[in-house]
Parts: sequence; structure tokens; C-alpha cells
Amino acid sequence: MKTELIQVKSRDAEDELSTIEKTVYSDYKYGFVTHIEADEAPKGLNEDVIRFISARKKEPQWMLEWRLKAYRHWLTMKTPEWANIKFPPINYQDIIYYSAPKQKINPKNLDEIDPELIRTFEKLGISLEEQKRLTGVAVDAVIDSVSIGTSFKGQLAELGIIFCSMSEAIQEHPDLIREHLGSVVPITDNYFSALNAAVFSDGSFCYIPKGVRCPMELSTYFRINAENTGQFERTLIVAEAGSYVSYLEGCTAPMRDENQLHAAVVELVAMEHAEIKYSTVQNWYPGDKQGRGGVYNFVTKRGICKGNHSKISWTQVETGSAITWKYPSVILKGDYSTGEFYSVAVTNNYQQADTGTKMMHLGKNTRSRIVSKGISAGFSNNSYRGLVHVSKNASNSRNFSQCDSLLLGDKCGAHTFPYIEVKNNTAVVEHEATTSKIGEDQIFYCNQRGIDTETAVALIINGFAKEVMNQLPMEFAVEAQKLLAISLEGSVG
Amino acid sequence: MNTFAYFKERFEQLQPQEDQGGLDKLREHAFQAFSQMGIPGSKHEEWKYTRVAGLFNREFQLPADPLTGSISAEDLKRLRLPGHEQASEMVFVNGFYSFALSRIRSSGLQVLALEEAAKNGFRETVSKWLGDSGQYQKDGINALNTAFVHGAVFIHVDKEQHVEHPIYIYHITDARSVNILSQPRSLMFVNEGARLQVVENYATLGNNESFTNQVMEIIVDHEARLEYYKIQNDGPHTNQVSTTHIRQIGGCFTHTVTISLNGGLVRNNLNVVLDAKNCEAHLYGLYFQSGRSHIDNHTIVDNIKPNCLSNELYKGILNEQATGVFNGKIFVRQPAQKTNAYQSNKNILLSDSCSVNTKPQLEIFADDVKCTHGCTVGRLNEEGLFYLQSRGISEKTARNLLLSAYASDILEQIKPEPLRRYVEKLIHHRLEKDLS
Repeated sequence: MKTELIQVKSRDAEDELSTIEKTVYSDYKYGFVTHIEADEAPKGLNEDVIRFISARKKEPQWMLEWRLKAYRHWLTMKTPEWANIKFPPINYQDIIYYSAPKQKINPKNLDEIDPELIRTFEKLGISLEEQKRLTGVAVDAVIDSVSIGTSFKGQLAELGIIFCSMSEAIQEHPDLIREHLGSVVPITDNYFSALNAAVFSDGSFCYIPKGVRCPMELSTYFRINAENTGQFERTLIVAEAGSYVSYLEGCTAPMRDENQLHAAVVELVAMEHAEIKYSTVQNWYPGDKQGRGGVYNFVTKRGICKGNHSKISWTQVETGSAITWKYPSVILKGDYSTGEFYSVAVTNNYQQADTGTKMMHLGKNTRSRIVSKGISAGFSNNSYRGLVHVSKNASNSRNFSQCDSLLLGDKCGAHTFPYIEVKNNTAVVEHEATTSKIGEDQIFYCNQRGIDTETAVALIINGFAKEVMNQLPMEFAVEAQKLLAISLEGSVG
Repeated sequence: MNTFAYFKERFEQLQPQEDQGGLDKLREHAFQAFSQMGIPGSKHEEWKYTRVAGLFNREFQLPADPLTGSISAEDLKRLRLPGHEQASEMVFVNGFYSFALSRIRSSGLQVLALEEAAKNGFRETVSKWLGDSGQYQKDGINALNTAFVHGAVFIHVDKEQHVEHPIYIYHITDARSVNILSQPRSLMFVNEGARLQVVENYATLGNNESFTNQVMEIIVDHEARLEYYKIQNDGPHTNQVSTTHIRQIGGCFTHTVTISLNGGLVRNNLNVVLDAKNCEAHLYGLYFQSGRSHIDNHTIVDNIKPNCLSNELYKGILNEQATGVFNGKIFVRQPAQKTNAYQSNKNILLSDSCSVNTKPQLEIFADDVKCTHGCTVGRLNEEGLFYLQSRGISEKTARNLLLSAYASDILEQIKPEPLRRYVEKLIHHRLEKDLS
């Protein structure tokens, strides 16, 4: 990630404005549009569009039927309204459900990929070339719903690891897909996951065979490019017994006035003694200062610890999106399994975030840990919504949750909605939450030592979020820290 | 089954009466709200864990008249709380206030029928504050009570009055012949600089089922001090939805303690609205349930004005098949800067088939605040038990000791001495029984 400094624009009537407003305005630097020829489905959603998508992807019959089943179920459902977010009704007929960069052939190596695309990714700071050489992170890049290139495939294949786009996986590993796709997030699960199941166009698939420790971080980069498109990707990660994988996900989108819809589904399956670590840095376009435009991010993420002693860990840094609606969950089915959730959610201007997690304790001696840090500034609203459920048979299970909120400015809101349901008396569940602002004494202390207010705020916020940042893989941690500073630049005077 | 048609019929019987100072309009309005909202099902967020709709599947009689005559002095004697000799006693029978059975012993305390208060001296106060709880309880249950405001009472504490002895309010349901649905309603105004202690107690006579849907609204003015105690120790065939709504309209102090020891389905709504600068509110609760009883405590602390302090501690012990629910909301509105709000909920599960659902909830729109909440669910501390046993104390006694200590945090918040001793004794008996 490039480390260029973002210029802070000060406005004319400086004196009248509070320091907060004066300096908030830093710009979204991923807001460029790439001009690539795209192959699009007609606008709107009906069974023909789904058939079109399925046909375009040369999918087998069972896949098409699965999609249609999801679509028919979706028609019977209503938009969920329980979340603490407000948005005008989405016109699902006004969205293009399939938009693929036009490419002649399936690229065998990077040289065959459209150079324009490569440049896009360079701008994003995830040059496939560079990544390949320097960091050793294997990247699967998804632009406007379609996977455009996966690096390091060969090397991974030697270990038996499958890391490819979802469409490729449907063609080449149908058995695995049929077994696991929809097993964690069934098509009937919720409104947005049903929609995703009907129209998803691509995504990543990752399979780690028994006993293999994936030698590098696997990564997907998502980008919405074309206008009026929705992005519906689907990620599936299966970790067989005793395996380990760390997976990164990043997202950006161009600046547009209208809202774009992103409804993704991520499913994780961890078998006995397997461990999956899933990290996200979500930086979709958040809309402008007046709250126009931005991405609606309605994502269903869920993992299942199927085998005993398995572990799933979610780490997320959420700085983007006009609306975030996202609850990465873990079903702790296997005995002694562990679920973790670390989250930093930052909202500024008119962003709204309703995010959190669900920990479903089903197996014995299961453990979960939730650390959620919410930072709100401007006119934004930031909610934590979490569920810890301990079922009757989950003896000796243990949960600790902590959710802290930091308020910057007096026009924003911070909310917590933790649900705790315990049906077993050997379980120990603890929850604590605090809400506060940055103390004047803290700022004063820094100022006194020659640190200006802006830097002091960045320092304090980084300290506030550190517990979560520490969970991110190295490559991401640096990026995330900068993102945090940029999103909040000047929010406190 | 209590159908909508039944309530409609009863409502129409009640409605065409002479001028009641606007009460009839309020009822009309509430009944419309009731018809729209209906009985909340499990999809209703506030009633997710409490299946109140199940109660309406049974047959309850909604009495039209006070059946005061049915309660003998003997009945009343058994129900009286210790310290009643000096206290003012107010008696509701089947939801109707009984002037005959009540004794107001303190001066500076005016108790009037609500209709009368609404027509005469307190017209403004009544029209302004009656139904205030409806802003927070947006469900058919609250509307149902308001739709049948009848036989209700208005209590007024005069300025600067320090009422020395507590008011005991008994809610008696006479279910000796049929299942009874009673809907007591009261409005209290604690004037500037006044001091008052209020104790509410519930009792059902007979073995039929009772369902008490109670609403009490209390307005507390500048520099007043209110202590409010609710003791629920009725049988497993008794059900309650009990709403206590407190609005602090001047910098004042309130202290509430809710003790729930028994019952079928018990739901308590406690709202404390801090609607003035420099208010202070303390909310305490203890629930100790066994058998198949269900206890649900919903609390709301709404910080509207700046510089307020609230402190909330609810503790629970659940045994056998009991289920517990706690939902504590803290709202901090944008102008309510410099708010300090604390909340804590602790639960101990004694048996392997009891369960608890807890949801501490913060909604904050002001930045210069300190808000924390915490909640825990677990069982008795093993180390503590072991420590005591290693010193020759039997397991049973050790458990008893630990649980008594756990409960004492709340019990010591009961300020009237005779009442505290009474509740301590109840808990002591319960522990003896439950742990054997």
C-alpha cells in the first residue's frame, strides 16, 4: 500500500467552523473508475437473468437449479428491518446482476490479463506482479463479480491446496462444491444470502487438504467498477482435519453518486484440529460528506467449527460503505472448538454500521472471544449487535465479550445490542461494554509533549484499536492502521 | 381464550359514561392502539423471550366492578407487610382501588379517584402525565391497561412534605371462583422537595389463575426524593406484567428496588426518564426463581438532559426450570452531555435446566458521556465453595452463605428496616428450601 499523505482541505470560513468540521475532509482515494469493456447481463432480476448468468458461466444443471430455488425462496422473503440502519428501499430491478470484464480467454499467466486491469490493481496497491514477487501473498482478484486472476496457483497446487475462482471450482471440483456450498449459510438463511445464492457470479474457493499448513496468506481483492452493478460474490473455504489457512479480503469501489449494492456470502468449514483465520479490510466507497452515494454492504459471513478442537477467527477492519450490515458468526459444533471475533468499525460523515457477531456454542468445552471496537464521528451511527448462545449441551463453554465505543463529536451515535442466551449452568459468559470520548487530559498530555492534536488523536485511536490490529497479518496491519487514520483524519479538534 | 371480541365487548360496556375529565378519550385512543397492535408475539423485539400471548389463550375474566366486599379483614391481615401499623396502606382489589380497605395515615398525602382528580383540582397534571408510559411501552399490553383505565387512583404528595412512613400498596386479586385479569392503574405526583417511600406488593387469593397487568406512572419534581420498592412473591399460578414509569422533571433523586421471588410469568417494565438536569437514579433488582417460573425485567434509563447519573444493578439466581430475562436499555440523547450511566447484570444458574437471556443495550447520541455496562452468567464460584468446605463448612451451608452474600448487595438497598428484614427472611427460607 502506498504511503502518500492525504492533503487536508481547509475551508474558507475557518473561524466559524469547529475544528472538527474544518479538518474532517480527506478524500476517498480509491474512487477512480477503470474503463474496461464489460460483458453485462440486462438490468433487472428474473429467472431469465439467472439462467443467463448460469449459462455464461457454463454451469452444470444442478447449479442452475440451486440458484433458481434460492431465487424462488427470495421472492417470498421481505427485507429485514430490525437493524439499526435507515435506507430507502432498494430497487432490485435497477441493478445489473452480472458484469464481467471482457476477456478473450482464460489467462494462463499474468501476461495474458488485460493490461488495463493490471493497472487498476496497481492503483489499488495490490499489483499482482509486485505481490507475487515481494510479499508472497497469493491473490485472487475479483472485479465486478468476476475473478480475473489468481496468482501463485501452481505453487499451492503442489501442496494439494485448491485456490481458485468459484466458477472454476464449480467446473473442476463439483463434488467439493456440492458438498459444502450452502452448508453453512443455507439459501433460505436470510434475504440477502438468498439473493446472493440466486445471482452470485463469482468468488473464491479454497480447499486445504488434511494436515497441510498453507505456507502463505491467501487473499482476495474485490472491486466494484461498472455503474449500476451489484457485486455478489461467494467465498467458500474448507479446511480439512489438521490444516491451517489465513485468508485476507480487501474491497474498494469507485466514487459514484448512486448507491451500489454488495451482498456477499462467505462460508468457512473447519474440520477436526483445523484452523481458519479470516481477515477483512473493508474499504468500500462510503459516500460523500453529505451522505450521497456509497456502497450498501449486506454481507453474510459464517463459519462452522465442525470438528473437535477446530478454530475459526474473524478479524475485520471496517472503514468503508455507506451501510454496513454484517455479522461474521461461528457455529461451535465440535467439542473444544474456538471462535474469535475481532473488529474495528469506523464510521464518519453519514455512514451507518450495524455489525457484530454470533457465537453459537453447541459443543462441549467450546470457547469464544469477542473484541469489538466502534469509533463514530461526524453524523454517523455505529452499532454493535452480537449474540452469544450457549445451548443446553454446551457444558463448560466460555465466552468473553468486550465492546468499546469511542465517540468523536456530538452528532454521532454509538449503540450496543448484545444478546446473551444461556441454557447451561456450567457455562461462563461475560460481557462488558464502555462508551466514552477521547479525554481532554489525554490530548493535553500529548500536546504538552509536543505532539499536535491531530497526531495525538491518531495515536489514541490506534491505541484503542490495537487489540484488534494485532490480530491482523503483517501485510494488512500496516494498511489498516493507515486506513484508520485516513478515515478519521481531523475528526477531533 | 380471551379474544379481541371479548375485550371489545367489555370496552363498549365501560365506555358510555358521563364526563370523566378526558379519561374516556384516553381510553378510546388506547383501545384503538390496542386493536392495531394486538398482543405482542415472539416476533416483537421487546417480547422475544416472554410468551405473553400464551396467557391470552387462557380464559380470564376482566371484572367490571370492584368486588371489594369479597375481601374480609381476615384476608387482608394475612397479606399485610411488617410495619403496616404506621404505614399508609392502599389496597387494590381486582385492579380497582378500594377506599374502604385503604388507610391513609400520613398528612400531606392526597389520594383521589383518578376520575375525580381529572375533573377537579388536578386536571392539568392528569391530562399531561397520564399515559406517559405509552411512549416507551409501544405494545398492546400497555394499551390494554390504558383502554380500561377505571377505578384508578391519583396520589399527590404535597410540596416539601417528608412523608415519614412508607406507603404500602397491595394489589389483591381474588381468583377464588374464576381466573381473573386485573388491571390496576395509578398516577403519582411527587411535588418539589417532597420525600416518599412506596412499596408495592402483590397477592392472589384462591387457586385459579390470575393475570395482573399493572401500570403505575410517577412524576418526580425538583429536589424530591422517591424510594420505590416492588416485592413479588406470589404463587406459580399468578402472572404479571407490571410497568413502573418514573419521570424526573426536576433535579431529583430516585431509588428503586425490584425483588421477584416467585410467580408464573412475571414481566417488569421499569422506565426512568431523566428529563431534567442533575437527576440521579438508582435501579436495583434481585430475582430468585425456581420451579417453572419466568421472570423478565426490562428497564429503560432515558437520559434526556445533561449532567445526570444513573446506576443500575440487577442480580439473578435461577433454579430448576426457571427462565430469566434481563433487558436493560440506556439511551443518551444528544443534549444529555456529561451523563454518567452504569449498568450491570449478574446471573447465577443453579440447575442444569434453567436458562437466562440477557441483553444490555446502550444507545448513545452524545459524546461527552461515560457509559458502561457489564453482564455475567455463570454458576457459584467453585473456589469459594471449596474454600469454605475446606474449613469444615458443609456444602449446603457454604452454598447458602455464598448466595446470601450475593443477594445482600441488593437487599441492603432496601432502606425501610422492617421491610428489609422481611425480605431477608423470605430469601433465607427460599435458600433453605431450594438448596435442600
